[in-house]
Amino acid sequence: MLNSRIPDGPLAEKWTKYKSKVPLVSPANKRRLDVIVIGTGLAGASAASSMAEMGYNVKTFCFQDSPRRAHSIAAQGGINAAKNYQNDGDSVYRLFYDTIKGGDYRSREANVHRLAEVSSNIIDQCVAQGVPFAREYGGTLDNRSFGGVQVSRTFYARGQTGQQLLLGAYSALSRQIAKGNVTMYNRHEMLDIVVIDGKARGVIVRNLITGEYERHFGHAVVLATGGYGNVFYLSTNAMGSNVTAAWKAYKKGAMFGNPCFTQIHPTCIPVSGEYQSKLTLMSESLRNDGRIWVPNKKGDDRRPLDIPEDERDYYLERRYPAFGNLVPRDVASRAAKERCDTGFGVGPTKLAVYLDFKDAIKRLGQDVVSARYGNLFEMYEKITGDDPYTTPMRIYPAVHYTMGGLWVDYNLMTTVPGLFAIGECNFSDHGANRLGASALMQGLADGYFVLPYTIGEYLSNDIRTPTIPTDHEEFDKAEKDARDRNDRLLNNDGSRSVESLHRDLGHIMWENCGMARNEINLTSAISEIQSLKRDFWDKVSVPGRDDVLNPELEKAGRVADFIELGELMVRDALDRRESCGGHFREESQTEEGEAKRDDENFTFSSAWEYTGEETEPTRNKEELTFDTVQLTQRSYK
Amino acid sequence: MAEMNLTLKIWRQDGPNDPGGFKSYTVNGLNTHMSFLEMLDVLNEKLVNTGDEPVAFDHDCREGICGMCSMVINGRPHGPLEGTTTCQLHMRHFNDGDTVTIEPWRAKPFPILKDLIVDRTPFDRIIQAGGFVSVNTGSAPDGNAIPIGKEISDEAFDAAACIGCGACVAACKNASASLFVAAKISQLALLPQGQPEREERVVGMVKQMDDEGFGHCTNTGACEAECPKEISVDYIRKMNWEFHRANVKG
Ligand SMILES: Cc1cc2nc3c(=O)[nH]c(=O)nc-3n(C[C@H](O)[C@H](O)[C@H](O)COP(=O)(O)OP(=O)(O)OC[C@H]3O[C@@H](n4cnc5c(N)ncnc54)[C@H](O)[C@@H]3O)c2cc1C
Ligand code: FES
Repeated sequence: MLNSRIPDGPLAEKWTKYKSKVPLVSPANKRRLDVIVIGTGLAGASAASSMAEMGYNVKTFCFQDSPRRAHSIAAQGGINAAKNYQNDGDSVYRLFYDTIKGGDYRSREANVHRLAEVSSNIIDQCVAQGVPFAREYGGTLDNRSFGGVQVSRTFYARGQTGQQLLLGAYSALSRQIAKGNVTMYNRHEMLDIVVIDGKARGVIVRNLITGEYERHFGHAVVLATGGYGNVFYLSTNAMGSNVTAAWKAYKKGAMFGNPCFTQIHPTCIPVSGEYQSKLTLMSESLRNDGRIWVPNKKGDDRRPLDIPEDERDYYLERRYPAFGNLVPRDVASRAAKERCDTGFGVGPTKLAVYLDFKDAIKRLGQDVVSARYGNLFEMYEKITGDDPYTTPMRIYPAVHYTMGGLWVDYNLMTTVPGLFAIGECNFSDHGANRLGASALMQGLADGYFVLPYTIGEYLSNDIRTPTIPTDHEEFDKAEKDARDRNDRLLNNDGSRSVESLHRDLGHIMWENCGMARNEINLTSAISEIQSLKRDFWDKVSVPGRDDVLNPELEKAGRVADFIELGELMVRDALDRRESCGGHFREESQTEEGEAKRDDENFTFSSAWEYTGEETEPTRNKEELTFDTVQLTQRSYK
Repeated sequence: MAEMNLTLKIWRQDGPNDPGGFKSYTVNGLNTHMSFLEMLDVLNEKLVNTGDEPVAFDHDCREGICGMCSMVINGRPHGPLEGTTTCQLHMRHFNDGDTVTIEPWRAKPFPILKDLIVDRTPFDRIIQAGGFVSVNTGSAPDGNAIPIGKEISDEAFDAAACIGCGACVAACKNASASLFVAAKISQLALLPQGQPEREERVVGMVKQMDDEGFGHCTNTGACEAECPKEISVDYIRKMNWEFHRANVKG
């Protein structure tokens, strides 16, 4: 039933051939076609501006006060591209291979190869927009290396790569807004998708300032709404990042791919107390020069500086001599958890390990270290009050990214015709684990170079569809559902804050569906989440009104969706009785405690289908075939 | 971890047309490791639990990069710490028993929407008036085709680091947006990619800034002092120079 629409032909030629054959939409027809883009992060802003340049009428929406503030802005470390500027043997094939392997063989070869192919163009595009990437003294672009790979292919702009790339995409979007090709709606939240005769034809949004519900028609709808890491309450995602748009799409028939594939990032500032509202990432690039260790005696309470060299356990270097501190994220995170669980953790909560720059400062000098990481060190000091130049950082893994998302075919279209998903909100390219600096690459690849082509295949068949008036009954129905739900939240007269319910959900998810998962815990998590869902609707209290700015109401709607998503994630984790990438099933590990895949039974992507409020969802399979890469157990030893 | 109790005087305003006013709250059981916004979360949860409306404020990344958070704390945009956004400010910089006053940005072009939230869309319109390089997707030359010296590129980056929060406007007695506008103009004027539209850009953006009702720069330097990214006022001089250059070139 699932058709991934992978073009025929040899892997390396699929995309080129596809582009030369994909039906085109003439300029005159493009002007008659309306495309809705929800989200203005890297994926949404790049897609909206590119499609507007091509001539489509584009409407874009974001819930922040400006498109420039999307969560993408916070990405620190960098963006990958197979430029081979460093002449260290990089190539499209190597980037493709690293991504497939890093994802633990749970992604689609054809999509990943295309990603690697267009990666180079992204850098060119961004440079042309005036993105100030780091440069060498000779004036050429500089690169650094990132976890899980052995070449230097990461482009960066100090520790603010996401900011600079997003401001580039935002500038392109601003240019199209000024030209009238894009209409931008800030502080608008999408609350439902409108499906007419089986095709996505519009959205219901709420103007967050006035509280008004609006209807917008589109010949196609593109979701670029980011990831759902905040289902764990604490994550490195921005506070507003949410699953609502993707979740509504799921309930309207778009299948959800691999929902349990979550990335836990190894280098974040540890939790310090119950009041904590979010976690802060310390860029992975720190692992290039920092060394990770714990004391080799359990419960050693000495200050790190008082622990002599021979009483330290540089456990990543010990366990993985080939990659050392640069093993992929999932491996580094689990290794930290293992040390802390067995009693070697440090700091007041004992849920932390050291990331030490002493040797780097000795080797490179403080100036070089400060040029590379100065702003990250500053950020660390602001939050913790400690100075990383003189005392090692304390770090611990935290939820960071979701590889799962709406299932899409080669065209980036979901199982609802006319509904597309790009960037972190789709499930596509990273399999069970994403490599560092590859999310920015994927978001911009989807938005600048893939979707603007592939959407043409759908729209070329839609040029005769006239604008559907928004008084159509499907619009009526979708708007009514959205209103009713908000009314119910506001009139609930309960006793519990949204925040406290969200915290409870996060706790259930982290304990049972976090870094290590097993059948018993997952099974009980399902009933815990179901009872939390009942509690939510019985007890939630949302003050204020519907016809004004009401951030508490926005949050309530998002948390209600997170609770439902949480259950689906747990079901998916339960269903996948193998370990792969970020999904670690305790029942499936090697003697050394490494993740063990089960290729015979699980070489597929799961695509979950909504079947109604009262019935269990159905799991469909997209079998993954590997024609080019040979499946092996990942080894970073 | 020292416990602390605070008195907060917070600007409450129901909507753009409500006159608004200060309300006092006490919050107990705080600690020094909390961020300023987490302190407000504690207050808000308390308000929700008693059926009151929580204080509305803008925030998102809580990492000092998105530019959402925007509060005047004890008279200073983003509070007492140099080079720090509100979300990056931690309670260890306050003392037990303090009274803390919290207000929104105050500037005519940024009308208050609710409590501490203001409308900053004029900044978007200024960027739309020329803060870009006109290059369509797919038409870019190779990234290394035009070498750019490290110093120039670093200087462009320093200007590009602006997060568009509007603290410069809130700090200025004239509500001038010069620092924000100058940062973008300078970034692009420094880079070879920005050259073809250099004159048009400065003229267009400066005009839009004036049309939005921002005041004139009288060189007090308050913007640089309060900028959480410590963007230099030298860029304002550069913008003025670019503006005259563009006018001379006609
Ligand atoms: C701290 C941090 C650092 C990172 N560093 C890196 C890095 O160095 N390299 C890398 O490759 N990746 C990095 N990542 C991952 C990367 O930043 C994200 O995966 C990527 O930016 C997601 O982009 P996006 O465009 O898909 O979504 P986002 O940037 O999350 O944008 C989502 C958009 O959707 C809008 N939206 C959402 N829901 C709705 C709704 N219901 N209605 C209307 N609008 C809606 C939002 O307003 C926003 O505009 C990092 C992530 C984090 C958290
Ligand atoms: S919340 Fe993003 S800068 Fe403060």
